[in-house]
Amino acid sequence: MAYLFQQALNALQLGSIYALIALGYTMVYGILTMINFAHGDLFMVGAFFCFLLAVYLKLSFVPTLLVSMLGVACLGVVIERLAYKPLRAAPRVSAIITALGVGLFLENFTLALSPYPKHIPPLLTNTTWTIGSLSISSLQVLVIALSLVLMLLLDFVVQRTKAGMAMRAISWDKSIVPLMGVPINKIISFTFAIGTGLGGAAGVMYGLAYPVIDPYMGIMVGWKAFICAVVGGIGNVRGAMIGGFILGAVEILVAAFFPSTYRDFVAFTLLLVLLILRPYGILGKPQPQKV
Amino acid sequence: MNMTKIKAATVTLRERWQQLTGLKYFWPVFLAAGLAFCVAADRYDFVDLYLQLIIIYVGINIILTVSLNLINGYMGEFSVGHAGFMAVGAYIASILTVYVFPQNAAGILFPAAILAGGMGAALVGFLVAIPSFKTRGDYLAIVTLAFGMIVKSVLENIDAVGGPRGLLGMEKLTTLPWVFFWTVLSVWVIRNLVYSNFGRGIWSIREDEIASDLMSVNTRQVKIIAFVVSSFFAGVAGGLFAHAIQFINPRMFDILKSTDVLIMVYLGGIGSIAGSVLGAVIYTLLLEILRPLGVWRMVFMPLMLVLLMIYRPRGIMGLREARLFTPLLDRVTEKLWRQRKKEARHAAP
Repeated sequence: MAYLFQQALNALQLGSIYALIALGYTMVYGILTMINFAHGDLFMVGAFFCFLLAVYLKLSFVPTLLVSMLGVACLGVVIERLAYKPLRAAPRVSAIITALGVGLFLENFTLALSPYPKHIPPLLTNTTWTIGSLSISSLQVLVIALSLVLMLLLDFVVQRTKAGMAMRAISWDKSIVPLMGVPINKIISFTFAIGTGLGGAAGVMYGLAYPVIDPYMGIMVGWKAFICAVVGGIGNVRGAMIGGFILGAVEILVAAFFPSTYRDFVAFTLLLVLLILRPYGILGKPQPQKV
Repeated sequence: MNMTKIKAATVTLRERWQQLTGLKYFWPVFLAAGLAFCVAADRYDFVDLYLQLIIIYVGINIILTVSLNLINGYMGEFSVGHAGFMAVGAYIASILTVYVFPQNAAGILFPAAILAGGMGAALVGFLVAIPSFKTRGDYLAIVTLAFGMIVKSVLENIDAVGGPRGLLGMEKLTTLPWVFFWTVLSVWVIRNLVYSNFGRGIWSIREDEIASDLMSVNTRQVKIIAFVVSSFFAGVAGGLFAHAIQFINPRMFDILKSTDVLIMVYLGGIGSIAGSVLGAVIYTLLLEILRPLGVWRMVFMPLMLVLLMIYRPRGIMGLREARLFTPLLDRVTEKLWRQRKKEARHAAP
């Protein structure tokens, strides 16, 4: 039983990181109906920012997190302005291929600068509490709590603020909203900043939880987070959170009870089955096609 | 040389090219010359091995690109698991030549191994086609993505084929003539498929699935055939690839490989056979030419791709076809249509 609780805790940790990344995918999709395949690599850039700040500037945890988030958010906005904005009127696939290209660029640029995997120093003193046979590390609690706080904050921004209202409006109808005086470019930049900033935060937390980082780490995590976003129903912020926790739970539980090499196999098979049963994700609504 | 002279020169050049390609015997001459070159290069070794290997890669990439274009370009779906089909073909063909076929007959039975690899991949393609009945767009992309990852994960867990260490022991059976044969075959089959009566159904699914259903296109059948043909050729390319580099492991067929093929398809332009051929050739050659740059090669390549997409979002050929590949009837129809449009414009006040 304690084993199960232990694994559930691990699942929450992994799931909250997935959920944070999935949020970036889903927000950008909701507003631009475009899949930002460079998002996983922005997550990787977040981890590398964390490494740079922690090793060379010797910053402590909170400034590292904040500066990394800010840096990744700026990068996201710049990418949107330079690469995606000219393609808004172009066919949807061109934007997707551009995103793949940007992702490859980020990976290989980082690889060219730092060919070897890097080790992030422990930024926090990690204490472990033991309750019965259950051991909880402070890092785990921090990752879960911080992700939850960020998600609640995001939910507040999207549901309660004016900018959030504009974001939701744009995802309803992109052609009419600018006529109502909504500065659509600003809102899109804002969305990118928030989405990629969350990805950067996930990068920092991932780097703390699993300290060896390399330029290709974003690929697998990014695609998995994309799957989370789709499972939750892409474009749906709460769905992305649920999807992240589901995938985290599935992966950890499979690794706990089967040989860990089966993890990807079982996780993806389950997702396939889920998608065949609910083709539009858990919270997604089927969009009727008009003829 | 001023601008007008350049323009005049390009016009003459284009006319020459059109004359040449308009000739009835262009294809027979081209194919015979290509085959003769490949056989001679293989037999007498006047082309050095490095160059031969690059030509083999170009051929394999053309097969992959043209076959993916059938699904992503002509049918308008977004499949991101092409490397998975390739892996199935590569493993089946390699197992056959390494373990099943007698040692001395592997060379003669090589085509059978490639064919079996293609068949195996086609069978898997049939299974992937089934979810495509209900799911579309991004959700189908996930299905193909998950499929690709499942294939890789399964291969990593089967110890009989080496697990994550990979499989080796293949002889170098992929020769230039074979690559030439399979490349021409794949281009020919897919070109004839998309311009056949049945193949127009594939185009119609891209334009509007519901409307094509109403026009009595059997969309399920069309999807199955498109997936099966596409994955068959991906499997063939996998078999050729395995016997060209003589070593395979599951990580060669991961998402990056699929991304490579996607880039070649969209670089060349969707819905165009000539575009796919061009995209595959240009991408493969550029990667080789930029090799002196080392790691920075892979930094410039995506940058160029992004710039191309911004300034030419449809790729090089996007939805246009070279005269060489279009049937005569299509060319005449288009000419008539253009004429009528012109007349209508003149008639309108």
